[in-house]
Amino acid sequence: MGRGRPDREAVTRREFLAAGLASLVVPLFPIASHTAPLQIAAQDSLTGRGATGTLRDPGAAGRPRLPTDARENDAEIQAIERQLACSCGCTLDIFTCRTTDFTCTYSPELHREVLALRDSGKTAQEILDTFVAKYGEKALMAPKPEGFNLAGYLVPGVLIAAAGAGLLVFVGRRKEALAAVASAAASASTRPVAASPEELERLRRELADVED
Amino acid sequence: MTLLGQFALWAAFVLGLWSVALSFSGRWQGRPELSATIVRSCYAITGCLIVASVSLWKGLISHDFNIEYVAAYTSRNLPSAYIFSALWAGQKGSLLFWAVVLSLFASAAQLLTARRFAHLMPYVAGVTSAVITFFVSVMIFAADPFERLGFTPADGRGLNPQLQNVGMVIHPPMLYLGYISITIPFAFAVAALLSRRLDTGWIQAIRKWTLVSWLFLSIGITLGMWWAYVELGWGGYWAWDPVENASLLPWLTMTAFLHSVMIQEKRGMLKRWNLGLIIGTFLLSIFGTFITRSGVIASVHSFTQSSVGYFFLAFLVVAAILSYTLLHTRWALLEADVELESVLSREAAFLFNNLLFVGIAFSVLWGTLFPILSELVRGSKITVGVPFFNRVNVPLGLLLLGLTGIGPLIAWRKASANNLKRQFIAPLASGMLTLAALVVLGVRDFHALVALALSGFVAGTVVQEFYRGIRARRRMHGESIPLAFVRLIDRNRRRYGGYLVHVGVLIYFVAFAGMAFKREREATLKPGESVEMDSPFGHTYQFTHLGISQYESLNRIVSAATVQVTKDGKAAGLMTSEKRQHVDSFKRPTFEPSTEVGIRSNLQEDLYIVFAGSVDGTEEAVYRFNINPLVWWVWFGGLVLALGGVVTMWPGGGPRSLGPRRAQAGYEVTLVGAGRD
Repeated sequence: MGRGRPDREAVTRREFLAAGLASLVVPLFPIASHTAPLQIAAQDSLTGRGATGTLRDPGAAGRPRLPTDARENDAEIQAIERQLACSCGCTLDIFTCRTTDFTCTYSPELHREVLALRDSGKTAQEILDTFVAKYGEKALMAPKPEGFNLAGYLVPGVLIAAAGAGLLVFVGRRKEALAAVASAAASASTRPVAASPEELERLRRELADVED
Repeated sequence: MTLLGQFALWAAFVLGLWSVALSFSGRWQGRPELSATIVRSCYAITGCLIVASVSLWKGLISHDFNIEYVAAYTSRNLPSAYIFSALWAGQKGSLLFWAVVLSLFASAAQLLTARRFAHLMPYVAGVTSAVITFFVSVMIFAADPFERLGFTPADGRGLNPQLQNVGMVIHPPMLYLGYISITIPFAFAVAALLSRRLDTGWIQAIRKWTLVSWLFLSIGITLGMWWAYVELGWGGYWAWDPVENASLLPWLTMTAFLHSVMIQEKRGMLKRWNLGLIIGTFLLSIFGTFITRSGVIASVHSFTQSSVGYFFLAFLVVAAILSYTLLHTRWALLEADVELESVLSREAAFLFNNLLFVGIAFSVLWGTLFPILSELVRGSKITVGVPFFNRVNVPLGLLLLGLTGIGPLIAWRKASANNLKRQFIAPLASGMLTLAALVVLGVRDFHALVALALSGFVAGTVVQEFYRGIRARRRMHGESIPLAFVRLIDRNRRRYGGYLVHVGVLIYFVAFAGMAFKREREATLKPGESVEMDSPFGHTYQFTHLGISQYESLNRIVSAATVQVTKDGKAAGLMTSEKRQHVDSFKRPTFEPSTEVGIRSNLQEDLYIVFAGSVDGTEEAVYRFNINPLVWWVWFGGLVLALGGVVTMWPGGGPRSLGPRRAQAGYEVTLVGAGRD
């Protein structure tokens, strides 16, 4: 509350917002710089031993990896793994966890389990059922839509639909009440509007253009 | 400095209690010196918390590892920017950061609010002081950022590698600014309720502060998505993680409020609903803090599980009971001025828009809490992940996108058939043409088709609104098109800034739909070996592994895997993905090796490569390659959304002092017509 400036601010909003806008520009830089087309390889100061030699410090390059095989890219396997939760506590599915969190020891193991079940001839649904039987329902990324779980899927939609329907009914009733009031008011009025329907429609259109 | 910091916290605590007691006792009424004292206490609290923050920063910068917080989140070789951002990297520091930023907002509210709201300001000061005092009390009694160790380590543990990213320097403060500033509109709402001065004036103060919160939260959420995309390495930007959901909840209810407040300003309706929304938004921001800090729900983002969560739960319950009880006691004073006249009106469209915003917020909250509910009811644990949220929320989101286009097309009060026909033809044609073009181009994903067609519809709506506005200005003032465009926005910033926000939202949806077409594959490559991938836009990329190089950087040993990229047979440069083993100043490993992805972005698609590791310590590398369509547009959509927000909240440029019945021009027209008779 600025002293001596009735109903004005000590710092004007315009000044305050200008400073705010300047601070907003800062976050844009990382976005812009990140879209740079090229990332240059860094200098190799700790060289290995030849083109396919060992790394000087393999431990610094993360956990040792096994070579991938064709089934890593099998769309069916990926689809199954996307429906199964990793049990490391990461909240990710098995596929995402094993291809993202390379320190996780659970997801590679669960991946091998999926492959083994597939090799034993089980269908996708049977693999999911086997996981549920072994690890409980929490093994699924989304609970089965049955029993109490249906509440999880349906309650939001049902509530929104019910509220929407209630709103429609309420507005409908109010509309009838307002129409009754308007009709009573119109019958009390003796002065007709001296504008043609075309003129009124034109006026309405012009107002529609200027109003918010 | 720790002693000074602790003293400053205690001083802020005592001042806060005094301010709250004086404010809510109401003894300041009719005594200007007392109300001035309450307001000045706001500034004093801010001063105390600045001293406390500077004290902690001093500890961080001077590597005072005897302070537990400094030892836990920094090391001697941590880059300076991250030593600075370590203030909000951990539980205790972020509580202090929250408190000091809230005190700055509280002071800004006192300084910047026009004097016509002077009767509200002591109450506003009381509410903000109450919230600050709560945060300070959590620090004093449960999470002291100045706690000292019984010994002094030679070096600290360092900062989590995933937090050593420029996104984490900016994203948390932005998100905090959004969360924290929600307290100001909440304080105004409570002040208006306490003072019983519930005319439409105070809503203006609330709307502007809500816009500030909304803008910061929007930027914070977008930066969070960007950070998740570039740092976490899973190739996406939104995973419906509980902490992500917690940030979305207040954003949804705030956006609902920013729409419904227009109805209150123009028609004097929805007063109770708007107050309920503001209170709910504040409570959701506290709920988000509770989720992040309690560990009650598993999340990759959470702070360490601690007793702090119980403080927030208790505060949440008390604040909810007090606020809604207060609202209930003022119920009769919040009667609407007029009634809704028709379902085919902009008011009704806004009501349905609010229903969807709040419905989606409920749906996200429901999904986030459903595992707890299920365990309580059935005793069995379940996982509620991405498939669940997509199944429940994508249809609601698409409905909302549709309403984004419908709302601006419907007249206030009651739309006629002619009005609807005139307004809808062009946008509907735009939507249908988009749909037809996509089908011809071979797009078959149902959700993507609907999202893109609706985006075409919304784009048609916005273009039509701008076209008509520009045409009207050219006709009235003879301006050129660019001048008319600029002045159109300048003369009605709220309306056209809002349309810019809608453009940002539709860009978001287009970008989200693009991810339905992403491609990914894993490959193990020896130096010189290649792998090919086709992109959804018809390009063929070849990735050739060049080798792995290792080098030492400031606080890490880097293993950089480099690939050469060709696009449709032409050289397209090099990309590098890294493994980083962070070490302290004695070269001792501090964390597990982390991954830095390589990203090359253009308007069509992102090339996203992840070095998963080496085979048997050789230069044979395991990679994951992603081609993610339209990701650049997510960041651009965020930029447009933020720009629209700034335009909307920029002072001036709008109609002034027209009162709540401005939208009732139709009544006046009838009377003028009658007068001619």
